[in-house]
Amino acid sequence: MTSVRPRAPIVRHDSSWQRIWGMVLRNLYLLRSSWPRLFELAYWPTFSLLIWGFLSSFLMTNSSWIAQAAGVLISAVLLWDVLFRSNLGLAVTFLEEMWSRNLGQLFISPLRPVEMIAALMVISFLRTVISVLPAALLAMPLFGIWVFDLGAALAAFFFNLLVMGWAVGLFVTGLLLRMGLGAEGIVWTGIFLIAPVTGIYYPISALPEWLHPISWSLPSTYVFEGMRAVMFEKIFRWDLLMGAIALNVVYLVAGAAAFLYFYGVARERGLLLQQGE
Amino acid sequence: MRSAPVDPGGPAIAVANLVKRFDAVVAVDDISFSVARGSVTALLGGNGAGKTTTLAMLLGALKPTSGEIAVLGVDMRADRYAVIPKLNFSSPYVALPGRLTIAQNLTVFAHLYGLDRIKERIERIAEALELTDLLKTPVGKLSAGQKTRAGLAKALINEPELLLLDEPTASLDPDTADWIRSYFETYTRDTGATLLLASHHMGEVERLCDHVLMMRRGVIADRGSPRELIMKYGRANLEEVFLDIAREGSARRQMAAQ
Repeated sequence: MTSVRPRAPIVRHDSSWQRIWGMVLRNLYLLRSSWPRLFELAYWPTFSLLIWGFLSSFLMTNSSWIAQAAGVLISAVLLWDVLFRSNLGLAVTFLEEMWSRNLGQLFISPLRPVEMIAALMVISFLRTVISVLPAALLAMPLFGIWVFDLGAALAAFFFNLLVMGWAVGLFVTGLLLRMGLGAEGIVWTGIFLIAPVTGIYYPISALPEWLHPISWSLPSTYVFEGMRAVMFEKIFRWDLLMGAIALNVVYLVAGAAAFLYFYGVARERGLLLQQGE
Repeated sequence: MRSAPVDPGGPAIAVANLVKRFDAVVAVDDISFSVARGSVTALLGGNGAGKTTTLAMLLGALKPTSGEIAVLGVDMRADRYAVIPKLNFSSPYVALPGRLTIAQNLTVFAHLYGLDRIKERIERIAEALELTDLLKTPVGKLSAGQKTRAGLAKALINEPELLLLDEPTASLDPDTADWIRSYFETYTRDTGATLLLASHHMGEVERLCDHVLMMRRGVIADRGSPRELIMKYGRANLEEVFLDIAREGSARRQMAAQ
């Protein structure tokens, strides 16, 4: 049997960046190994784009509201997908570790929980871009809508929805840690709870008055209202952007705190080594 | 972050008054033991004796209810991340991602353990574990024996000073299991590493281990070298000692019930 003594003394760096990169690399390997996974990422946003794009084309000639801003529904569906994919990208990345029974290996390694959070965010960003970019690019040849005309406002909308998706995803991921795969359904459906009240396709003024406080407690509401302000009134509402950022800070801190709390509970109850199918 | 004091000359593991409760169930009940550096120690006991719970606490994956754990001289409660880079763990019950190749898995874990010269290290470990031809094979496509060796390669990627093993040869054919045991002998001889293994295979323990901790219902029922325990119980081998200790517990429970 071959000797196991290494040629050179082992060097162990205490580098958060290297550990986060290790986790990102693990997911890049996973995506690279499976074309169906990559296809699935882009499939639903493109599918939604087609439905809402054709509906918009129809309503352009039948609705004065839509006719005022041709791309409003398509922009809305793409921005909603940013939020949805950001949330899903984070939670599914964590689910991948549970499905492969790898969580135990990760949590006995030097990877800290906060580094896990950072890695999940990076991977969620990559998955969101892979998901939404093809649909955004297709909107031009198919419907003549170039969402990038929104310019800097688009970047502000994108990052605010991305961060909100992370915050919700971290909370859901915490639940997965605590409750195991029994909570998997929340990953796929949880974010839809806010869809009716956050004004994706219609202004908040269309909702009953009593729902308004709930709507305005969501960062995404400020983004969708801000989007409509840009498209209908041609103004960028800084007040709405600031509202979204402020709420997102609160959401992200709460999401990360929930994840760390549930991690602590899982470590207390011996769930870290038991997760899996 | 504050670093816990390091005692380089002390035992590899020092456990004092360790307790783990899950609600009303006491899984580990006030155990104390130490494991000498460079030794190979077995943690034995029947199902539910508390072996895996103890291993999980030593790895930092499970928080003790009370008690103290020092690993390689570092207080695990104060700063477990100061010592975790020097530990590793292998178990057939904790998998590697099946869609990634062995090389990809090892690369990921090499990054998590903060290693450099990763490619060179993977090539050497693969050579030692006879995995070179399988490096580009997804773990999910490996046989049970190959998966065990891949898991072992992951456990050795950081050249751990303390290696914890949970039933390392479970579900392996006798030839593969023998190969794995020989590898542990080579590894400890070449690196001076400390091994703590939970096992149900008494022949394996007699062959590999300097010291045995016998657990029963959350406590350490007895301890000593395999030879000492065999002589103490007047038995022919460790398996009979194991049965004596396990059945003594059953008999006591029956008497108490009567």
